[in-house]
Amino acid sequence: MSERYDVLVCGAGPAGLAAAQAAAGCGATVGLIDAQRTAGGQIWRRDLGRDDARAARIITATLKTPRVSFMPESQVLAADRAEVLLEQPQGAKRIGFGKLVIATGARELLLPFPGWTLPGVTGAGGLQALVKQAWPIAGKRVVVAGSGPLLLAAAVSLRCHGADVLGIHEQASARRVLGLAAQLAAWPARAIQALALRAALAGVAYRCGEFIVAAHGEQRLRAVEIHTGHGLRRIDCDYLAIGFGLVPNVELAQLLGCRLETNGRHARIAIDRAQRTSLENVYAAGEVCGIGGCAAARIEGRIAGLAAAGSPDRGSAPQSRRRHARRFAELLEACFRLDERVRSLATPETVICRCEDVPMAAIEPFGDARAAKLATRCGMGACQGRICGAALAELGRFSSAQVRPPLLPARLSSLSEPFAIKNP
Amino acid sequence: MSRGLHPRVSLQVDGQRVEVPAGANVAAAVALVTPWFRRSTEGARRGPLCGMGVCFECRVQIDELSHQRACMIAARDGMRVRTDE
Repeated sequence: MSERYDVLVCGAGPAGLAAAQAAAGCGATVGLIDAQRTAGGQIWRRDLGRDDARAARIITATLKTPRVSFMPESQVLAADRAEVLLEQPQGAKRIGFGKLVIATGARELLLPFPGWTLPGVTGAGGLQALVKQAWPIAGKRVVVAGSGPLLLAAAVSLRCHGADVLGIHEQASARRVLGLAAQLAAWPARAIQALALRAALAGVAYRCGEFIVAAHGEQRLRAVEIHTGHGLRRIDCDYLAIGFGLVPNVELAQLLGCRLETNGRHARIAIDRAQRTSLENVYAAGEVCGIGGCAAARIEGRIAGLAAAGSPDRGSAPQSRRRHARRFAELLEACFRLDERVRSLATPETVICRCEDVPMAAIEPFGDARAAKLATRCGMGACQGRICGAALAELGRFSSAQVRPPLLPARLSSLSEPFAIKNP
Repeated sequence: MSRGLHPRVSLQVDGQRVEVPAGANVAAAVALVTPWFRRSTEGARRGPLCGMGVCFECRVQIDELSHQRACMIAARDGMRVRTDE
């Protein structure tokens, strides 16, 4: 084996960066891998047009820490308890580890509705990520819809890049959103953040209790139809930025056999106080342990990094800060829980599996993901069920299928790298 | 965003020359030419959805290598990108 680290951290977002820095600070050699080109995860994704000085400082400080080796554009194809098989642009390689920290974050929850496959319909965080990397948005009319605080953050980015944000349609009721605002006093940093977002969106309507019903257009998006308090409203637009919350990226943990638990409809990794998973040398931190936000991710990353390096922090301060941050996430979850109507927007003709063009009607007869997959190819395409699997779980149809290596489509040459690609 | 702050790179999308700031991804370059990145198995036109490498809807051919996620790869001078059109 050519390369080995005491601690290997998968994911270089807030949790992974904190874990890497903490573990290296204890003297451990740390490998930090991420699928993206730069560190920071989604929340601290570098914006070519704007600087986030604080995030940049944290990222730079971590990557400069002695003993931390950062490997960008590296995706885990397979893993066992001692090594991972990575695919990088220059080829595949195996990396050994003593301890593994899973900090793979979350992805956006995207739900099917008529027209959601039209070009121009994107995730809210998705369009935000694209514009940060120079997607031409200036002067384009964008409708933002779905649920949760990410809609506001996405709208701010879009506006800063010159988009004409026509409105933000939040499915949660005004009563619930105001109820949340009333409790912000216990989280001053979050309150300031909320006010800053609102100020940056001056003049943009934020409408509660409204949700997308359909997207229209022939070969691309031309208009959306929104359910409002006073009937359906049609809005002409160039883009629809839509998101219904976040889903933990548990695939790597699942492949390794870490115990998962479900919080409502989606799986997360089960952990103890030291961020240990059910597997002795595997730790997890951040969104992958349940959506908790950036502050919780950083605290948990540090706890995991220290524990993985063999110097667990036995103090109670990080635990109480962690609980406080997580409590805020619970408030968000309660506020933005989805209206049942949002789960029933798809018609029998609506495509559910975008990779294999499987309509909702085709999976109707099946009671579990595996049966549906074998008969219809639903979830068998390039994304390996990451989009439709999460959507179907949210819709209450069935939970995602088991994962098998490779975790993502891979080059044939990557699979010829000697590594036991086996089912767990 | 202000042009000129970043050096620019020049590449081809479906035979058309485009320029994007250094650090931009291939998706941004494609979007200057067409909203259509790939055709689905049934022939429907598709464009990026997740923007972060999960959904594979933005797949294009880059320098003869097909099925590359345009959102994950940096635009580089001289690249030749082909959509499914």
